[in-house]
Amino acid sequence: MTAAESVSNLPPVLQVEALRTVFRTRDGTIHAVNDVSFELGAGELLGVVGESGSGKSVTMMSLMKLLPMPPAEIVSGRVMLDGTDLLTLDDRRMRAVRGGEVGFIFQDPMTSLNPVFTVGFQLMEPLRAHLGLSKARARERAAELLGLVGIPSPADRLGDYPHQFSGGMRQRVMIAIALACDPKVLIADEPTTALDVTIQAQILELIRKLRRELGMGIIWITHDLGVVAGIADRVMVMYGGQIVEHAPVAELYANPRHPYTRALLETLPSLDGSRTARLKSISGQPPHLSDYPAACPFRGRCAHAFERCERENPPLFELGQGHQAACWWDFDTGGPRG
Amino acid sequence: MLRYAIRRLLIAIPTLIVISFVIFAVLDLAPNDPTGNLPLTIDAETRAKIREAMGLDEPFHIRYAAWLNQFFINEPLNIIEKSFDTCFGSTCQWEAVRVPRAEHWAGVEVHEVSDRLRIRSWGTRSEVVDLIVERAPQTLKVVGLAYVVAIMIALPIGILSAIYQYSWFDQIGTFVSMVGFSVPTFFTGLVLIVVFSTMIPEDSMFWLPSVYDTTHEVTDWDSFVYQVRQMAMPVAVLGLFNAAQISRYMRASMLENLNLDYVRTARAKGMKERVVILVHVLRNSLIPVVTVIAIGIPATLAGAIITEQIFRINGIGALLITGIQGADIPLVQTITFIFAVLIVFFNLIADLIYGILDPRIRYD
Repeated sequence: MTAAESVSNLPPVLQVEALRTVFRTRDGTIHAVNDVSFELGAGELLGVVGESGSGKSVTMMSLMKLLPMPPAEIVSGRVMLDGTDLLTLDDRRMRAVRGGEVGFIFQDPMTSLNPVFTVGFQLMEPLRAHLGLSKARARERAAELLGLVGIPSPADRLGDYPHQFSGGMRQRVMIAIALACDPKVLIADEPTTALDVTIQAQILELIRKLRRELGMGIIWITHDLGVVAGIADRVMVMYGGQIVEHAPVAELYANPRHPYTRALLETLPSLDGSRTARLKSISGQPPHLSDYPAACPFRGRCAHAFERCERENPPLFELGQGHQAACWWDFDTGGPRG
Repeated sequence: MLRYAIRRLLIAIPTLIVISFVIFAVLDLAPNDPTGNLPLTIDAETRAKIREAMGLDEPFHIRYAAWLNQFFINEPLNIIEKSFDTCFGSTCQWEAVRVPRAEHWAGVEVHEVSDRLRIRSWGTRSEVVDLIVERAPQTLKVVGLAYVVAIMIALPIGILSAIYQYSWFDQIGTFVSMVGFSVPTFFTGLVLIVVFSTMIPEDSMFWLPSVYDTTHEVTDWDSFVYQVRQMAMPVAVLGLFNAAQISRYMRASMLENLNLDYVRTARAKGMKERVVILVHVLRNSLIPVVTVIAIGIPATLAGAIITEQIFRINGIGALLITGIQGADIPLVQTITFIFAVLIVFFNLIADLIYGILDPRIRYD
């Protein structure tokens, strides 16, 4: 039984339905997230892949209502966490979810921690706010958490400031903060992007270990398909604010059905490739999101685009084996879907 | 930190000596005659004798050394003796002794109280330091209160302006700050005097005196109310000017911090918005602002000279202006140098506060 199969039977902890987020700016409305739906099983690791501006971070920030509103506005959708719709919660109850039931890890550990407070203070804050622990008890638990994420002599380091930690260690602290209240869902927004490769591998290993031990669902946002291949159960590819492909990880890599995913995979440099070959890139520019998409957002950069792509935005087609792709072109038959 | 503070204090000594030299030299180069204010009937020979008695025929370096000796040794000794009611030297004779006595402490000549040469004002013939001690409370009362008021107004305004950026509150705050910052105090002061001292009738409760009465003493409720009234305008003028500046710094600093990643982290941890702003953002934003406030203190004291003139406050500023007009070089030298000392001192204070507020700064 593979990891993907073992989690597929579990009920989802997080269900997102038709989420739409827009930014109302002076220059008009930006449609950043368009009808995104997905679910996350308990203990599952969902990779979210896409280039900058594809809406992956905005989607996750919308779930937690962490976007500055205004200019951001969640137009419609439902975010069900354990049977409650987060979008209907008031501020107070939303705060209990943030940092309580849902933990966040951000990209840059160098700037994500407050420079003027000790690591212990920042780690104890959610413990005291959400779990109502006493100062002494919170301190104990904080040391425990630092130990859990692999920081040596954790109790002594509680009094240290972020600048006294290295980048990798700071990201471990961020992970400890995210895990402080034993969340059901952990949202990791490019947690390894700002780290160098060896530290990246250590953090990946740490997340794998924590996931085994604690069993929370993880959403892992990245633009690195290589990272996702090694860690995710399922992968969701986003483009132009919508999901364009969604499949179990092995299936996606073996059998990509969206031209964007294919192009992304082709850009990965391979170990046995020629040393002199140029790195591949996807030509063209990402779409402007100033209009609600009435056509396929990828059509301008797509080799397979035809007349229908201009006219209609393709829905996510079910292709079997949990594979979904939003494309009018059918790679199985080599012709338009119809 | 302590080592850093001591090191900075030691560095301050040569800095101050250089400043004292510059001040002394520049004022010495100024063409002026201390006997110029004397009646024209005094003949040239007598004037020359007066100048000689003042030590003005000594060469420059002797006069500079004498002034240094007076400022750094005699005057501090005097202040210590006065404030602790003790005396240095063996006889402690307050009356003039016939034979001048002096002892040597670590190579420095220390004179008896009666024989100690002090910096004397040419204009009033009294000791400059005593004049300053007499005038300082007036200045400190008005300027100090104005500065405290300015800080108390500016910080909340800056914080709110940043949180509600571009709201009507922010727009009004920006406008008032621009006005407060760009309109000089001598103008706002005069406008206030025109409105509150002349246009409003004297029996109205809104009438405010345009002249600050330094001799006024607070003994009962009515005299207290009068004191508040006479301080209202100078404090408002100076306060507005400083508040405008500080609130701008506060706002800019808050705005810089509000969009940083750690703020998002604090929100993602589920912290209350109040905690996010008043604990996480404010602590970071205050670092540069506190520095600005500390460095602003001597600048404000020096800048208050103008306000003191407008409201006729008999403070240090008025003393300095009198000194300048009367070519009272020792007085001007001393006050200017005290301002320099304050600037050096508050710069040091600012650095130390910076180190306390920002753990990334470690001076050792």
